[in-house]
Amino acid sequence: MERMLMKPKVAFFDFACCEGCQLQVANLGEALLDILGAIDVVEFREVMSEKWDKNYDVAIVEGSITDEHAEQRIRKIRDRSAVLIAYGSCATIGGVNGMKNSFVLDEIRQSVYGKDYQLFDSKKTRPIHQVVKVDYFINGCPVYHPEVIEVLKCALRGVPYAVPDNPVCSECKLNENVCMYDRGVACLGPWTKAGCNSWCINNGNICYGCRGMVTNPARNGANDIMARYDLNFDLIRNKFDMYNKCSEEDKNG
Amino acid sequence: MANKTVKIDVEYLTRVEGHGNIVIDVKEGKIDKCEFQVVESPRLFEGMLRGRSIFEAQHITSRICGICSCGHSLASIQAAEDALGVTPTEQTIKLRKLLLDYEFLDSHVLHVYLLAAPDVLGVPSFVPLVKTHNAVVRRALRMKKLCNDVCDILVGRHVHPISAIVGGFTKLPRPKDLDAMLEMLESMRDDMAETLALAKTLQFPDFYRETEYVGLVSDDEEYPLLMGDVGSTDGKRLGKKDYRQATNEFIDPRSSAKFAKWSRDSYLVGALARFNLNSDKLHPTAKAIAEELGLKPICHNPYLNTVAQVVEIVHCYEHAIDLIKDLKKNGINYDEEIVVGVNEQQKIPVRAGDGVGAVEVPRGILFHNYVTDSNGIIEQANCIIPTNQNIANIEYDMMKLLPEILDQTKEEITLKMEMLVRAYDPCISCSAHYLNVKFVE
Ligand code: SF4
Ligand code: SF4
Ligand code: SF4
Repeated sequence: MERMLMKPKVAFFDFACCEGCQLQVANLGEALLDILGAIDVVEFREVMSEKWDKNYDVAIVEGSITDEHAEQRIRKIRDRSAVLIAYGSCATIGGVNGMKNSFVLDEIRQSVYGKDYQLFDSKKTRPIHQVVKVDYFINGCPVYHPEVIEVLKCALRGVPYAVPDNPVCSECKLNENVCMYDRGVACLGPWTKAGCNSWCINNGNICYGCRGMVTNPARNGANDIMARYDLNFDLIRNKFDMYNKCSEEDKNG
Repeated sequence: MANKTVKIDVEYLTRVEGHGNIVIDVKEGKIDKCEFQVVESPRLFEGMLRGRSIFEAQHITSRICGICSCGHSLASIQAAEDALGVTPTEQTIKLRKLLLDYEFLDSHVLHVYLLAAPDVLGVPSFVPLVKTHNAVVRRALRMKKLCNDVCDILVGRHVHPISAIVGGFTKLPRPKDLDAMLEMLESMRDDMAETLALAKTLQFPDFYRETEYVGLVSDDEEYPLLMGDVGSTDGKRLGKKDYRQATNEFIDPRSSAKFAKWSRDSYLVGALARFNLNSDKLHPTAKAIAEELGLKPICHNPYLNTVAQVVEIVHCYEHAIDLIKDLKKNGINYDEEIVVGVNEQQKIPVRAGDGVGAVEVPRGILFHNYVTDSNGIIEQANCIIPTNQNIANIEYDMMKLLPEILDQTKEEITLKMEMLVRAYDPCISCSAHYLNVKFVE
């Protein structure tokens, strides 16, 4: 009983997102039961009705902040949590929700809801760290299982986790894929943080930049690629905006 | 009872995808309020799609929902191909059907076991079941993982498939992949039998409300999931291009999702609708199971949507096995593997177009519609999601049910209402967006 009480209280929360990253937890299969043996999940709205009114040792937060109510909610969660993990691209970099920021807010609201658009609150998309302090980041759309386990271990032990800051290409090369550029297609691997084992390229697709950009991309190398393959800069930038639009605010702030 | 006063306020209904509230207010026996409110913050997908290449649409719109991301991908691809004038090959169609089978299996297993069963077994979630029904929880997680793993083999991953794109597949399964998928599915046979045994023990509330059921219909032999016309149990039928006439979306200020109606004030989509429309086309094994479970068309008890899901689990399971055997027998043509990109190589000619995709996903019929310019850039997009179509029907069910159970305790009423909404397996995170709506004045 003593030991049971010692188990860290963990809660999952979701904001604007597709909930796919939470689903990745259910997709762990029976391995989930081992994790459940080590932690005490006290709230997880998508799969549990239980509620908890005390503090959390670890809050795992999925989704982006896109309205006033969400902003207030995440502040309260932060106040009650010892450790806060931003979980998935929506939470860490704004993800696909960030594409909204490419438009004038009222214009895009009106395009979807018509003249009554003001009935439904909507603000600029922000990843969690642009609103409250974040202790751990798990990138990816969706998150990659091995990394989830790795970060959880770090968070439960209280040791830092270093988010990979080398490009997806480094993993892609190890996986011996034919480079997409050699197949005549632009891929965001050179600028995107690794850690997914070049998931998309292994399956014949390009990297869309879902894990966010490396802090120090090889600019000359990138310019070489652009020149060698006669690439249109706007095309590449447009591809980046699919996931990384919100990062502009990081640079300004 | 006649003068009963009950106030129920369920903030953020649990065990559903996305955020919804149930609000009930009965004053001295008079129903003041009985609502299912969608309070998801809008993500404005249709607005965001404008200006993107039609070849990116599937990647973006699969992010509408993580649970049925394969279904969204397929509806999106179908709409894009319709706009571009691309006809998929027979092999591509078979593989897409296989993908859809996996999606149904995965999603229905999740719903039946982890989201709906706790209600019937009288617990707040699957977590306490780990102690009391350990074998059941293990089976559920095992089946879920297996569905996921076969999907990984086919398209790279289940949450947001990687290799299924406009034009076909970027990576086709090798013979060893087909063998592996078949072997994995076959290994699930015992768990399937146990699932049926469990399904037989589940008791659902007795409730009845006649309504219209809407889903894909077709003239061929197969239970239509990937292709077909839009049909209803009220005898209506339309080509998918005319989907707006069937859905007639309208908005209501209390909800960030939209409502739909066709012949009546509301209609139902999903497993029960498909069963009611097409039960004669089910795989023979699934037909036999429906009989064993006592499910007959036309069934008007929405709680039994969960039972219809069990029948579909069996159908999709057997159908997937048959499909893989067929692919093994006929072999796969690897020349059909395609290279992606935002069509940099102009492999697929672009043109101005207006394309519609109509695909059954686990929660019901899903529509995607894109209008593109001559460069294949999206100018307008519209996605009509199953839950949007079901919301009005859920509310009418709630309103009929409430007086019938008003003599019960507040807790019982709350639970029955929650169960009712959960039976629809709503996917609320996706219901919160629609586009260029013609507002009803
Ligand atoms: S990061 Fe991607 S998979 Fe995760 S919740 Fe957001 S959209 Fe879904
Ligand atoms: S395919 Fe993409 S990730 Fe792989 S090496 Fe080429 S650019 Fe890098
Ligand atoms: S390859 Fe790129 S887009 Fe794909 S999962 Fe990895 S970082 Fe994300």
